Amino acid sequence: MRTDVFFVVCLVVGAAVYGTAVALGNDYYFFAGYVVVQYVVLSTAWNILGGYCGYVNFGSAAFFALGAYSTVAMHRLYPVLIPLDVVIGGVVSGIVGLGMGYLTLRLRGAFFAIATLALAVVLQTLVVNWDYVGGSRGAYILRPESIPLFGSYIRYLFLIMMLLAVGAITVARLIERSRLGYGFATIRDDELAAEASGVPTLRLKLIATTISGALMGMAGAPFPYYIGFLQPSSAFGLDYAVNSIAMPLIGGTTSWVGPLVGAILLGSLQQIATVTISSAVNLLIVGFLLVGFVIVAPNGIIGLVHKYVQQKPAGPVGRADADAPETAP
Amino acid sequence: MSALLEVNNLGKRFGGFVALENIALSVQPGERVGLIGPNGSGKSTLVNCICGTLRNEAGSVYFDGHPLDGSIAHQRTRRGLARTFQLPRPFASLSLAENLRIPLLYTVAARGGVLRTARHVEERCLDLLREVGLEAKAKRLPRDLTQVEMRKLELARAMAAEPKLLIADESMAGLTHSEVEEILSLLNRLNEQGITIILIEHIMRAVMSFSQRLVVLVSGRKIADGEPNVVVRDPEVERAYLGQ
Repeated sequence: MRTDVFFVVCLVVGAAVYGTAVALGNDYYFFAGYVVVQYVVLSTAWNILGGYCGYVNFGSAAFFALGAYSTVAMHRLYPVLIPLDVVIGGVVSGIVGLGMGYLTLRLRGAFFAIATLALAVVLQTLVVNWDYVGGSRGAYILRPESIPLFGSYIRYLFLIMMLLAVGAITVARLIERSRLGYGFATIRDDELAAEASGVPTLRLKLIATTISGALMGMAGAPFPYYIGFLQPSSAFGLDYAVNSIAMPLIGGTTSWVGPLVGAILLGSLQQIATVTISSAVNLLIVGFLLVGFVIVAPNGIIGLVHKYVQQKPAGPVGRADADAPETAP
Repeated sequence: MSALLEVNNLGKRFGGFVALENIALSVQPGERVGLIGPNGSGKSTLVNCICGTLRNEAGSVYFDGHPLDGSIAHQRTRRGLARTFQLPRPFASLSLAENLRIPLLYTVAARGGVLRTARHVEERCLDLLREVGLEAKAKRLPRDLTQVEMRKLELARAMAAEPKLLIADESMAGLTHSEVEEILSLLNRLNEQGITIILIEHIMRAVMSFSQRLVVLVSGRKIADGEPNVVVRDPEVERAYLGQ
């Protein structure tokens, strides 16, 4: 399927989800749905670096928080429309992603993961001590009760996040089927062999950290309007870091579908648990599922499906059944 | 004729260990050079320094008239310097055809090659796989290959980069007699197509039949360089390498 057609299909699906939530006539679905869709963006963004390139980023929360605090800073400096906040959050996080990549991408494996975790700690410390955005006291963002065309404000925020999710998924799919995606796969498989095949690995990793960071920042930008009161512990929450990793791992990391499936499954489960049991069990659910999937299906749900398809007679083997890259070299 | 590869006074240390010392090597276009030496003599380190995987502390490398010092591995590949690895390093998650697609997309296309469409790339991949006898497994993953097929895939991937110089690092290690013959005939075909080849190998029969010139490394130093039949009778080579 061509990328533009895919984008339109995603838009239609997004519109259908939005329409269904409107038809249900309860704003709670928008509140809950916002979080799930936000995780679709976050996990898709994480997967661009972690899944496609094999570089595990534990600092997702930092990029998410950067987006959120960019909005707070803009709100104080010169309030703009949320879509513009999203762009600004994306630019800020993208630049930080590029910087992080430049400083850390010579590290591999656990060392890279620890470095990204350190980045989150450093940024949180900076924010805690930065009074302009509220520091450790936090910052209030009072959102209007309603907005023309949409009615309640949460519907507007949900729509923005849904558009972001459509954009993130389209970008991820586009990357996957392009020359860039093949380059990312070689980095994941064997960097030395990739360089020997002419792949400029460092440049590609910088592209991956920038795109991944930018998308995470964009996901965080509307967050202050969603939560109303932003403090470092909520923006830099462990939930974001853990979920961003767990969702693609549970869904499957080698394709754009995995993070989407993982985020919808895990995000919805967490929302159900929040209202039926307690929000405190969220991470417990993630932990159990993660352990279960690591044992039973290390390649995630998509890996399971792929395995099932392969077991059928005359089935294609490997990733070769994927379409040829759409982008001409 | 000016040399395709010129290595001057190359030196490499790992801490206090001298891996390469004062290595000089000149390879002419179209030549078939055998590089031999006992384990730990510095053959792979030399290859890594020439290909940009390791940085040499002393000396210089010129390829096709251009200095390579400071350029990184992928830039050297794009200049026409391809290699295979001692232990095959396929892209495990990609099919055989996709393995070959990588150098086509990132090296040939980057040089301004004629690969304009995805179809061109696909056809070229299949041509290369046909050349090494792996066309039937184009959609397979590398894990489905036998040892000799893995070696062939490595060579095909190096060929896909359309190199001027191919360094085959122990491409026949662990293969049977007939499999060695297969790889040798493939290397000879490549050389006939104009590709200069440096063959690093322990199988003396293969090196002797393939090489026009033999270079011997021992403990990071070059101790012989010349006609294979003359070099193997060199007393120093016999003592250090052949153990006689």
